[in-house]
Amino acid sequence: MSERQHLDARRLLCPMPVIKTQNRIAELLAGTELEVLCTDPGVLHDIPAWCRVNGHEVVDSGRRGNEIYVLIRVQHG
Amino acid sequence: MSGATQTVPRRAIALVSGGLDSMLAVKVMQDQGIEVEGVNFYTGFCVEGHTHAIREKDKDRDKRNNALWVAERLGIKLHIIDISEEYKDVVLNPKHGYGAHMNPCLDCKIFMVGKANLMLNKARELAADKGFDFVITGEVVGQRPKSQRKETLPMIARESGAEDRLLRPLCAHNLPETLPEREGWVDRSRLHGFHGRNRKPQMALAEHFGLDDYAQPAGGCCFLTNETYSKKLVDLWQARDKRDYEMDDIMLLKVGRHLRPRPHFKLIVSREHGENNFLEGYRYQFTSIHSVSHNGPLALIDGPLEGLEDEELAAAIVARYTQGRNDSEVTLEIRSPDGVCRQVTVAPLAASAILPAWHVGEA
Repeated sequence: MSERQHLDARRLLCPMPVIKTQNRIAELLAGTELEVLCTDPGVLHDIPAWCRVNGHEVVDSGRRGNEIYVLIRVQHG
Repeated sequence: MSGATQTVPRRAIALVSGGLDSMLAVKVMQDQGIEVEGVNFYTGFCVEGHTHAIREKDKDRDKRNNALWVAERLGIKLHIIDISEEYKDVVLNPKHGYGAHMNPCLDCKIFMVGKANLMLNKARELAADKGFDFVITGEVVGQRPKSQRKETLPMIARESGAEDRLLRPLCAHNLPETLPEREGWVDRSRLHGFHGRNRKPQMALAEHFGLDDYAQPAGGCCFLTNETYSKKLVDLWQARDKRDYEMDDIMLLKVGRHLRPRPHFKLIVSREHGENNFLEGYRYQFTSIHSVSHNGPLALIDGPLEGLEDEELAAAIVARYTQGRNDSEVTLEIRSPDGVCRQVTVAPLAASAILPAWHVGEA
């Protein structure tokens, strides 16, 4: 299993965290886990929605203090 | 052997705004067996997202991204593309001019269809049988005064480079046949002839497809169609004597009360806790003022404070929005972007002394 990747999307407002996530995932291999760190609570709707639409798996999401994380497993081959 | 070849499913790329029309356009295509993927362009002026995320009063609002919601509802992939940098040229130099405010709707549509067309061509080069065959939009003839007129729709097709690979399923009957119709990929008789501003046909079609939840009609999703916002943008250009903007500028125009008491500086005063938090993030780029003696807002200063008089005026204005507005004195801290702070004690400006003309975009 490949190493977990990280993406810092803090202080960005939606849809920019989604766009950054999308662009990063395009470079990753299937099976890679990507943790996106954000501050806009809108990502708790938008990143999972983007993942459902594009066939990726949200493994976990939640808040850590004032920050929000979304952990994604890349699914495309 | 019959010699029959396997039918290749035709594929379209759809401009998805998140509104009803583009949703219906996709649905009409899916109904004919066309495979559709969506594309949504982020210009920096999109209404959704930002302001909902910033303001406390919008906290309970549904924060969904409508384009993503539509894609999920329709079962299509969605590509969200950040075009904010390139889009500057559309806003600053629209070949076809502006609409009622600073909205360059016709150039915007030409630009977006052009981008979709480039994606179409690129995808066809990369994978001929997995590429896209044509572009669709939810445009309706006569629906919008600038961009969706009978004479502008062919102009969009032409100037975007999409030509007859651009199909508008909702108003195709009012327009010449396009390639997908001529080639028989799409059955023209099952397309529509909607026109004008009457939304009833769209609503009936939505009902036909069982779509009972959809976002507001298009047009309300761009800040440039908003009069107050447009005036703030023009004020910014006038104050800087330059028609240009950075992303931070256009974000800040969405936030707070904007007051320009002097031509060379304006104040951006937060209106509530959410905006305060948002403006906090800009204290390393702008001089900021907040009260240390009373509860009150954070204000950013855009432009130079030239001397004590400017500083005291700015502080007295901010004091007006603190809980000490009726007290004789309020002490405020003026902080430079480099972190250097100084305190000033001023009498809050009387409400009547804050001139209506200072309120940018509202006078």
